[in-house]
Amino acid sequence: MKTYTPQQGDFDFISGRDINVDLNFASQGYWKGVAIHFIRNRFAMTGLLLVGVIVLFAVFAPIVSSYSYQDIISVTDTNGKQIVAKSLAPQLAGEGQGLFADKTFIFGTDDMGRDLWTRTWQGARVSLIIAFVAIFIDMLIGMSYGLFSGFFGGLIDNVMQRFIEIIGSIPTLVIISILAIFMDKGIGLVIASLLITEWIGMSKIARAECLKLKEREYVLASRTLGAGKLHIIFKQILPNTIGPVITQVMFSIPVAIFTEAFLSFVGVGIVLPQCSIGSLIESGFNNITILPYQILPPILVLAILMLGFNLIGDGFREALSPKLEDM
Amino acid sequence: MAKYITKRILMSILTLFLIIFVLFVLIRIMPGNPFPVERMSAEMILQKRAELGLDNPILVQFADYMSILLSGSFGNGTSLYNGAPIKPILLTCLENSFKIGVLAIFFGTAAGLFIGITAALHRGKFLDGFCTVLSILGVCIPSYVFMIFLQYFFSYKIPFFPYFFDPSQFIFSSIMPSLSLSLLSVSVIARFTRNEMVEVMNSDYVKLAESKGIYGFQLMRTHVLRNALIPVVTVIAPLVVDLLTGAMVIEKIYGINGVGKLMVDAIAGEGIDYNYVLALGIVFSALYIGAMLILDILYGIIDPRIRLAAKEN
Repeated sequence: MKTYTPQQGDFDFISGRDINVDLNFASQGYWKGVAIHFIRNRFAMTGLLLVGVIVLFAVFAPIVSSYSYQDIISVTDTNGKQIVAKSLAPQLAGEGQGLFADKTFIFGTDDMGRDLWTRTWQGARVSLIIAFVAIFIDMLIGMSYGLFSGFFGGLIDNVMQRFIEIIGSIPTLVIISILAIFMDKGIGLVIASLLITEWIGMSKIARAECLKLKEREYVLASRTLGAGKLHIIFKQILPNTIGPVITQVMFSIPVAIFTEAFLSFVGVGIVLPQCSIGSLIESGFNNITILPYQILPPILVLAILMLGFNLIGDGFREALSPKLEDM
Repeated sequence: MAKYITKRILMSILTLFLIIFVLFVLIRIMPGNPFPVERMSAEMILQKRAELGLDNPILVQFADYMSILLSGSFGNGTSLYNGAPIKPILLTCLENSFKIGVLAIFFGTAAGLFIGITAALHRGKFLDGFCTVLSILGVCIPSYVFMIFLQYFFSYKIPFFPYFFDPSQFIFSSIMPSLSLSLLSVSVIARFTRNEMVEVMNSDYVKLAESKGIYGFQLMRTHVLRNALIPVVTVIAPLVVDLLTGAMVIEKIYGINGVGKLMVDAIAGEGIDYNYVLALGIVFSALYIGAMLILDILYGIIDPRIRLAAKEN
């Protein structure tokens, strides 16, 4: 058998040729298109702005604030007695009366004498951390579970789906109560219960996408070239499922924030002196007849976060699957 | 159809049994104590454990528990109410929650359908805008915030409704709790109904029916509503389950002695009451599975396509 050695002139550079590129309707990358679509969506950008503002405050307000979120603010009066700044109405420095006239409490103080401004943003911080951590881990679990289940199919898929069905038909409350048996109340319990319940939706989406994609030609091509199963799942299929999963993540974050607020409100979530949006609403509710202004800041923050994330989620969904009429 | 229904029922029973097993095993193997340990001596704990049979092999315990369950009882509590039988307490709580829940579902579905249908019929007018605002509010403000404000304004600022729930004057004092509990359902159902209606009203077969001269109520009843309401049934069932979560909050706010409160008592107390958690877990799961079962069967009855598919299988 003769071996052929490539020679000069077998190949020539393509750059010299005249290639027609349509510059009037330039092609754009998939993600660039999604980004442009998202940015043009006024509602989505409003949502981004709302969430951005809250996140900024949650990150910086507790650092900048002159009080710590668990400090009980007090002054010593002329008789040498400690007076605690209990249940003060919102006031700016110089506006108030009495001993605390020179202090600023933008949202007032709570019934223990802690600054509500600091506590609200600290609470927003805790709630956001819980939501992001839980949903991120959920995304990892749900995506891999769904991809494996969808890719292997057959018996494996069947068993994995029956497992999901059983887990899914145990109500969240029951799961939480079982977790509460051996875990201490607090951030850990809230995150754990979110971990157990929220991944199911994502795994379903990942599985559906995987079922659709694994029949595509490019996967077949990759398989023909000898790619391993894991390579196909994680390098070929996974990148194409990202879009729908991110949309689901955007809708799961408000659910997570809400679940946290709900658990803390009912009394199995965050424990004092730690605070979260839910526990602040709870203490506001306990004092609502006497000090109705206490409940407003955490509720507003919660509502803005929910609205913002939902708007972003809607925007993502529209940007990822644009309808003809929007073009 | 009968075959399909029997199959679904059998599947549900099997799932419920599996869930009972999983719950039981989880509760028994988890570290933790069913009694207030701090206030008991070591011998007392040992004696109590022996009394409850907590040291037997787990399958034996499960068999014992199943025989108690099948005889129609839930056994005794381990720490709540000094270990009194669970069943009567559970029944009272269930009754309270159930009444409010049913009222809330009824009100939520009726108001949601009404608002949704009217909004779809008057598209682009005031009521349609109202429906959109309502659904946005329903999504971004958690229902218990509504509940708190309703209670604050209509029971405290204007003391027209009673501040707390009172079983002796059931009708009057359950208006506020069930109204506030149904707000989420109203907004979800209204939005969903409106979108479905609009879609169906723009479809070709409705246009065809119109061009044949069918109009008004008859068009709505035979062509639009029937097809628009099928997907609406799917949102109602998960909402029924969401009511459980809502019930926990509403019971705290209005001081109702219901299952949600019982659940919080069982897990937030000093010793976690194994048997209450188990009993409530079983009841909640059974409700959930039951709701899903009814939904599936209803779906088959309303939608002929599913009925046909079931027949072919």
